Order: sequence, then structure tokens, then C-alpha cells
Amino acid sequence: MAITSEVERPQPKLIPWTKKLTQLPWWALIILLAGVLIVYFLFTSPTYQDAFSFLRAGVRLTILVSLIAFGLSLILGLIAGLGRVSKNVVSYTISSFYVEVIRGIPLLVLLIYFAYVVTPLALQFLNWLGTAMLQNLTIGPLMGLAHSLADLNIQNVDMLARAIAGLAFAYGAFEAEVFRAGIESIERGQMEAARSLGMSYFQAMRYVILPQAIRRVLPPFGNDFIAMLKDSSLISVLAVRELTQLGKLNRARTFRTYETWNTVAFLYLIMTLSLSLLVKFMERRMAFEE
Amino acid sequence: MKSSMVEPLSRDDDIILIDHVYKSFGKTRALVDVSLRVKRGEVCFIFGPSGGGKSTLLRCINHLEKPDSGTIIVDGIPVTEEKTNIDKVRAEVGMVFQLFNLFPHLTALRNITLAQEKVRRRSKEEAERIARELLGRVGIPEKADAYPGQLSGGQKQRVAIARALAMNPKIMLFDEPTSALDPEMIKEVLDVMLELASEGMTMVVVSHEMGFVKEAARRIIFMDEGKIVEEMTPEEMRAATQNLDLAKEERTRLFLSKILV
Repeated sequence: MAITSEVERPQPKLIPWTKKLTQLPWWALIILLAGVLIVYFLFTSPTYQDAFSFLRAGVRLTILVSLIAFGLSLILGLIAGLGRVSKNVVSYTISSFYVEVIRGIPLLVLLIYFAYVVTPLALQFLNWLGTAMLQNLTIGPLMGLAHSLADLNIQNVDMLARAIAGLAFAYGAFEAEVFRAGIESIERGQMEAARSLGMSYFQAMRYVILPQAIRRVLPPFGNDFIAMLKDSSLISVLAVRELTQLGKLNRARTFRTYETWNTVAFLYLIMTLSLSLLVKFMERRMAFEE
Repeated sequence: MKSSMVEPLSRDDDIILIDHVYKSFGKTRALVDVSLRVKRGEVCFIFGPSGGGKSTLLRCINHLEKPDSGTIIVDGIPVTEEKTNIDKVRAEVGMVFQLFNLFPHLTALRNITLAQEKVRRRSKEEAERIARELLGRVGIPEKADAYPGQLSGGQKQRVAIARALAMNPKIMLFDEPTSALDPEMIKEVLDVMLELASEGMTMVVVSHEMGFVKEAARRIIFMDEGKIVEEMTPEEMRAATQNLDLAKEERTRLFLSKILV
């Protein structure tokens, strides 16, 4: 059958300049203008300069907390994610319990819960463990450990550590689901090929499935890191001196509400926007590679 | 270590022993009371309509599918037994898939060396030497550093065969190895398979590729609806393809009449 196409193809038209104008990324332009304005203030207004120099340490801590907590959440997420795709009932049940419980509780509540409930309970347990060891061991290489466990005090665990633990456990549940989605997106034939060569389940995961899965979920990880950076502002309720907490302190110190929160918001925006540019770049490179 | 303690159930030449195997997927019965023995060095060709249980049978041999009941013994090791270390059996049984299943994130060379290093515990140098040698044997030594995405279908399948051979398997299973290939690439894969057969490799091939039957198969098995319907010698098969009435079973006749158009 010969295909006869008598239908005229529509001629490609030039896009009119009015339409081009509406397609410009105006939102980015507005953000840029606001940024220029704030930077102008930072150079000219002493109040802004004062706020900025006070807040700088907060930026550093915000980044530090986000990096450490996100790293930990990736480890937790990998373990729980492997549990979620496991056929073993025990590890599936434990990891599903973790994921569902954490996802169902607001982050703010989780942070408070970790700081004021989980940490003291864990400490009591460790104290009990240390005492029990002291009573049952006479002498041995573990004595030093037993002593330090028994002597652990709630004051030794500062709020920064509790905040990082809370953030890591909260985000671990989300990362677990990202890992699970990534692993499940790899064709079944990959696992079968690896297993048919005699590799164990974990060897196949480690050398064949995970390298492919992680490459696929890098953009979601990037987005989650941005979300974590924003959510780290919540640990200000634990009086950790990160950016938001320093914002509160600066306002209390200077009574300059507008200047303080303008600067805080601007600093967050710079961090998140540059990170999301990075994620976009990553996504484009990955699309090119596929 | 444990598997070597198991008393081999067959001391004779049967390297694969399939005994009254059943397998269902939900309500679909994939295998119904299938028994089959394959001798060392034998080339066994299984054909039949899709959904007839051919692939399932093949996948039961290296335990990618778990039979509902029945016994399968591969090289003296009962793979259907719960306590058998299945990874050990699989290292001795090479498998080639319809869709190649190469690892796309690794080069052709790394595809072939990975399991050698992790399962056979060979050194990197030794594994690479074997891999390069095998790539030469399948006719693409220059593709060692190419990624699967840069290879044609026929080249991919040849890398997949080399990957399986690198483990020095005693048996090679082929699950429709040429079905996903363009016609002009079928020959290059077939040539590699024919060479293997002539070297005395035990092979079980699920395929529709009648060219392979003519040249290499010693036993030809027709499967339909989860059962082995008929077994033929190459001579009987040749006769049946020329005169359909020579096929013993009605279903074989029907299927042959469809594929021989």
C-alpha cells in the first residue's frame, strides 16, 4: 500500500514577539530584582549590614546541619529502603513500620519528640546497660565502656545532636521511599541476570541494581536536600543557633523586624535557588546520558 | 560446602534431571507433570507456541522460577531442595536471555569480569584476560570498552553469551536468544551457538529458530499447554517439516503448519 499524503503540512510560523514576551521567565527576573535591592541595602544600610554580620554564623550552621542530617538520612533510607523491597517478613515489617510512622507525624512534632522523649529514653537505656555491665563484669576490656555508659548524662547530649538525629530519622523515611522507587524501577531482568551468574542477592544489589537505581534517583535526592535545608529552620524550636534562630535573636536584639526577616528570607532563597539550579543541571545531564 | 555433601541422585550421564515438575502462576498452569533428562554434551531444542511453558521450564532449571512440586537435579545437586545453596548451582549454569539483560552501567568487559571476580574470586587481571579472550571468540574483541547502549542487538547478545561462558558453566541455557534480533543479526549469534554446540557444551535452547535445529540440535522437544507433547530426532523433524503428516501429534502438526508458511 502506497501512502499518498495530499494533506498540506502546516508551515512553521515565527513566534510573534508578544508571545515571546509572555514566555520569558518573569518570576526569575522579579526574584533577581528583589535580590539586587537587598544586596544594595546590604552595602548601604548599616542596619542591614549589622543583621547580615549577625546572621552569617547561622547560615554556616544551617548548611552544616543540613549536610550531616541529610548524609545520615541517606544511610537510614538505604537500610530501610532495602527492607521495603525485601522478601524477608521481619525486615519488611520493621522498615514499613518506620516509614509509615515517621511519615504520619509532622516534622515539628518529630523534632520535639526526638529531643525530649527519645533522647532521654535512649540515655536511660544506655545508663541501665552500663550499670548492668558493671555489676556482671569483674574486670575486662569493656570496663571503660561500661563506666562511660553508666555515667552518661542528659546534659552531655546537646540540642544540636538531638536536632540532627531528629532531622535524619524524619528524612530517612522519605529517602527510604526514594530508594525503594529507584530499586523497583530497574528491570527485573537485571536481578535475574546477576543471580543467574551465581551472585548472591546482596552482591546483585550492590554491584548491579543499586548503581543503576541511585543514578536514577539523584534528582529526587537533590530536591529532598533542598527541602531539608528549608525544614532545618524548624530546629530553631530547640534553640539551635541556626539561621532562623539567629533571625529571632537579631530581631529581639535590634527590634528591626523588617530588615531581619528580609535578610533571613533572602539568605534562604539564595541557598535554595542555587541548589535547584544544580539539580536542574543534573537532570539535564542525565536526560542527555539516557 | 554443604552441597557437596549431598549424595548425587544420578550417577549416570544425566546432567539435568527433571522429574514430575508442576508450576502454576495463579490459575494459569505453566508446567504440568513435566519430566525430562538431558545427557552431558547433549543439545536439546525446545519449541512450541508462546505460553506453552518452554521458558518456565528453562527458568526452573536454574531456579529463577520455583516449581510447585517435583524434583530437578542439576549436575547431581537437587536444586528443588530447600537447603541447597542455589548460588553455587547457578554459577555452573550459564543463562542467555531474550532481552540480553546486560548491565547497562558497565562496559562490555566489566559485564564479563564482574561475576568472575565476585563469584569465582578470580583476580582482576585473570578475569580481564578471560573476558578479552571470550570477546575474541564471539568475534567482537574491539568492543571491550563499549557500553551496552553503544552495541547492536547481535553484539549485545554475543557479549551476554561471553558473560555466561566466562563462568566456565557446565550447562548453557538459551531463552529465545534470537527473538529480539533483526534478521541480519540472527546469524552472528547463531554461529556462536553452533560453535559452542560443536565443542560439546550441554545446551538447552528455547527458540523458534529452525536454522539451529537443522545444524546442531540432537533432541527436539515440542511443548504446548505446559506439557511435553512430542519428542523428535532431527531426522524426524526434517521429515515432519517436509510432510506435516509425519508428525505424530495433532498439535505439533498444527503448530508446524503455522510456522512453516
